Amino acid sequence: MRVSRWAYTAIGILILAVLLFPLYWMLNVSLQPGGSAVDTSWLPLHPSFHGYSTALSQQGRNLVTSLVVALGSVVFSLLVATPAAYALAHFRVRGANVVLFGILISQMVPGIVVANALYSAYNDLGLLNSIPGLILADSTAGIPFAILIVRAFMANIPSSVVEAARVDGAGPVRAFRSIVLPMSRNALITAGLFTFLFTWGDFLFALTLTTTEDVRPVTLGLFQYIGAYVNDWSSVMATAVLASIPAVVLLLVAQKYVAAGTTGGAVK
Amino acid sequence: MADLQVATRPAQDEDRSKANRSARTRERALQLSFLVPAVVYLIAFFGYPVVKNVVMGFQHYTTATFYTGKAPWVGLDNYAAVVGSAVFSKAVVNTVLFTAGSIAGQFAIGLGLAVFFRRKFPLSGVLRSLLLLPWLIPLIVSGTVWRWILDQDNGALNRFLGAVHIADRPGWLTSTALALIAVIIVNIWIGIPFNATILYGGLQDIPEELYEAAEMDGATGWRAFRHVTWPLLRPVVGVVLVLGVVYTIKVLDIILGLTGGGPANATQTIATQSYQLSFQQFDFGQGAALGNILIVISLVFAILYLRANRRAVDE
Repeated sequence: MRVSRWAYTAIGILILAVLLFPLYWMLNVSLQPGGSAVDTSWLPLHPSFHGYSTALSQQGRNLVTSLVVALGSVVFSLLVATPAAYALAHFRVRGANVVLFGILISQMVPGIVVANALYSAYNDLGLLNSIPGLILADSTAGIPFAILIVRAFMANIPSSVVEAARVDGAGPVRAFRSIVLPMSRNALITAGLFTFLFTWGDFLFALTLTTTEDVRPVTLGLFQYIGAYVNDWSSVMATAVLASIPAVVLLLVAQKYVAAGTTGGAVK
Repeated sequence: MADLQVATRPAQDEDRSKANRSARTRERALQLSFLVPAVVYLIAFFGYPVVKNVVMGFQHYTTATFYTGKAPWVGLDNYAAVVGSAVFSKAVVNTVLFTAGSIAGQFAIGLGLAVFFRRKFPLSGVLRSLLLLPWLIPLIVSGTVWRWILDQDNGALNRFLGAVHIADRPGWLTSTALALIAVIIVNIWIGIPFNATILYGGLQDIPEELYEAAEMDGATGWRAFRHVTWPLLRPVVGVVLVLGVVYTIKVLDIILGLTGGGPANATQTIATQSYQLSFQQFDFGQGAALGNILIVISLVFAILYLRANRRAVDE
């Protein structure tokens, strides 16, 4: 019996090895010396960090831009989404169903349609090539997701808890801030992590709403690498590895929140 | 709280009820204010773009519009141009093939993995979370990595195929016959984790006793799957498939990263063509018209989605 259970482990590792090969290949190529394209060795036997030093010098600024936009989007999305999630979970306000319906419908709106309209609006407002512009546009992924996932969590907070605070004299805002928010910590972390990943990985808005090098997220930097003729794949793959770090870190340090988010995606 | 003092102050009944009513109105207003930022945002970043696209679809809207401020009305010209173009039918067929192929592959492999991971074995938890990686990294990273793996001359895939003498360096991304297949394969790879995870969650909700009962009736393996697993998984399956369609139909990053819609429009979809019209040819009116067609297609699935969602919530 024990042997057969380990046999499953062996099969599982084999499946994962096949599925994750592209990521191994990304790491392998990023460590190749000289960036030579021909006959890349199957193993990084002579690892070199030249790809990373090139990537950091050429894309370092873009990585910082991505980080700033992603963090900004997390803060903005949670500020907008959390009160709404609470209202949808606990208040019997008129129009709550309309808002929920709107959120579901928003998932059907293709990003290119949003970008198409935002381009001219941003042009008038001077938001093209700006960090606030990207934060606002990128939050189109985070805000609906955060509202749904936090609302689902807050719906499980018994209203008696909130009412007890209200009887003690707390207004709705204070009850929300000092009772509901601390209790929803886990859902807020999950929503924040996923908003970060959505924004960090955004490509469409970076592509359409920036036109100069001033504000350039790393996803677009990577795309422009491969748009030109590539003769240094080590640097390209080193950039790809650096752009994947947030996903790997989150999976390692925040696994339970990630798991909560993926199952939350289904009720979405 | 001022309201409470008013309410508890000894006063006539009429006064008290008036104070109560105004307190209730204020409470209502305060409750609504929780929703206001989100509603404003949703209107500005989903409502406005959709309305604006509908309007732009009837306008000659180009870069000149940004300087002159003029976007002449052209009626249905944009739609006629978009639908009448040689690329349109190609893009529609590609969109259908890309969506159907991606969903079929993602779902079949995802379901297989979900069933596989249902058994508890050492390290199964670790392996399951590693499986999420392709889904969590930026799409353009996946596109870049696969672009290099599928490279005709130096790609890892062709080197492997050459080493085992299966094929002689097919041009995965450069041949019009293969490019769409290659793009679909990459998109399947990206979608497997999502499908596997959601379906795994659905499997976890099926009570173990049902399998024990089925086993007593002689149903194991494939028959247990057909008569126990599948019927109980159906609501989750509906949600996964419709969500898959809704998300796949608007995919842009992967195609732009791998082929840019080429070669010779072999991987051009409605979404990528809409992007090309607006942001490469700077004909925002035609881009909007094509985008609107995409919205209508998505809306058809939206209805399916909401119905599937309701069913899943009910059960």
